[in-house]
Amino acid sequence: MSITINHLTHIYNPGTAFEKKALDDVNLQIETGEFIGLIGHTGSGKSTLIQHLNGLILPTQGEILLDGENIHKDKMRLKEVRRRVGLAFQYPEYQLFEMTVYRDVAFGPTNMKLPADQIHENVISALQTVGLGEEVYEQSPFELSGGQKRRAAIAGVLAMNPEILILDEPTAGLDPKGRDEILDAIQNLHEKRKITVILVSHSMEDVARLAERIIVMHRGKVAMTGTPKEIFPRVEELEQMGLAAPQISYVFHQLQERGYDLPADVFTTEEAKEVLLQFLKQVKK
Amino acid sequence: MIRDITIGQYYPVASPIHRLDARVKLAITFIYIVTLFFVDSFIGYFFVMLSLGAVIASSKVPLRFMLRGIKSIMVIIVFTMIINLFTTKGETLLLEIGFLRITWEGVAVALKMSIRLVFLIVGSSVLTLTTTPIHLTDGIESILKPFSKIGVPSHEIAMMMTIALRFIPTLLDETDKIMKAQQARGADFDTGTLKEKAQSLIPILVPLFISAFRRAEELATAMEARCYHGGENRTRMHVVSIGRRDFVAFAVTAVYVCIIFLLRHAAEIVPFWI
Repeated sequence: MSITINHLTHIYNPGTAFEKKALDDVNLQIETGEFIGLIGHTGSGKSTLIQHLNGLILPTQGEILLDGENIHKDKMRLKEVRRRVGLAFQYPEYQLFEMTVYRDVAFGPTNMKLPADQIHENVISALQTVGLGEEVYEQSPFELSGGQKRRAAIAGVLAMNPEILILDEPTAGLDPKGRDEILDAIQNLHEKRKITVILVSHSMEDVARLAERIIVMHRGKVAMTGTPKEIFPRVEELEQMGLAAPQISYVFHQLQERGYDLPADVFTTEEAKEVLLQFLKQVKK
Repeated sequence: MIRDITIGQYYPVASPIHRLDARVKLAITFIYIVTLFFVDSFIGYFFVMLSLGAVIASSKVPLRFMLRGIKSIMVIIVFTMIINLFTTKGETLLLEIGFLRITWEGVAVALKMSIRLVFLIVGSSVLTLTTTPIHLTDGIESILKPFSKIGVPSHEIAMMMTIALRFIPTLLDETDKIMKAQQARGADFDTGTLKEKAQSLIPILVPLFISAFRRAEELATAMEARCYHGGENRTRMHVVSIGRRDFVAFAVTAVYVCIIFLLRHAAEIVPFWI
């Protein structure tokens, strides 16, 4: 499912002293099966943008098309839009409320009025995807650890079987292990089910590792868009927007400055490892 | 949608009224409310209107903000008016429909009552629109202080009010976020039967309560970590002091009260004004 955003503008509290233009004429095209990394400084409009994509907030101007159809054309279909475009907010564990993990994950598909066996299937599959074992199904979600809570909450969105999955900082405040588990689950989902993923993140490392295309927001506008290899070399521009390139690329910059003949476009640690091993082999020869 | 709700309706401009000490404003508002009940003639209300108008003009707050409070009590005003219109016993009959008698006296009482209510609301709006909630609670604490000798926990009351006010916008934001998160999972708050609507509140209220308790605990820990121990020997960041302009305000209020009482007796001497 593709998303087209045409001239999207959003103004909070128009006509009052608290008026704020959060989005300013945003135009974007997101294709089926893409993995998008959405980055931007705090207040750049990322959250406002993603909340438009499943119709949670109405655009002040402009339109959002899903497979060419305006999501606000028919009010009754908004629920269908929200099923197809799954959105997991920042700190999604704060939305947990049910008595058991299973029932909380089933909240979404139940609201979608899916048949009972379909709900059961979706819930189990979602919980398996995020790596939660059967032993927690009947536990209270409030008894889980922080990382488990986060995964249970994300499973609550996955259980609706969305075709597009939007995640707002899914790894904020997690330990490295929890972070890896969630990112691996997302990557798996993208590869196996070919769903479109939009990952909002402040971690350039995560974005460099996962995203196929990066969208950079700045002051309510799309400042840049392109592959990681196109975006991250523009370090100076990124830094002016309060962002940065992945840390490993700074290491490579330093190495280059000290006269080592290394490529400039290394952005992930895995890649760096390969390149450095290769380089050391050559030096030995 | 939920962001539109504004609580703590302070209107930030610089004016002589804004600069007055919160305690002085509280005291003057109290005096104003009490004296309002001594006004019994239209000429008296006319004088109150002029005085209130002068205060509003010097507060630089747009009039529509001052009058906004009336909207919320419109029902009460209309209700009071109707009750007074029909129940006041009087001599000069104006209209009689079946068992309902409307007299000139009834009309006068009904009008005076609603004018009084409007003046009460607008008068107290002046206080809340020109005083920040923090100054207001500080003022209340300072006024209650003498009563702490007889066991009134003045500092604690003020601290609770301050914290409550501080958390209203936070919890509103939180509610907004939780509602959106549940809507993203297909929750529907607008349609359905009454029972369904009530049930649809559970996914909002449970997370909201949990978050409120969590925040309360975090705040308590943070306060303890900073060695907070209540009112005893506590110094303030902003020391309030009563200055020249506060005495001027009191003098003006004294003149106002005198005129109110003079008008009350003038009405006795010259019945024509009633």
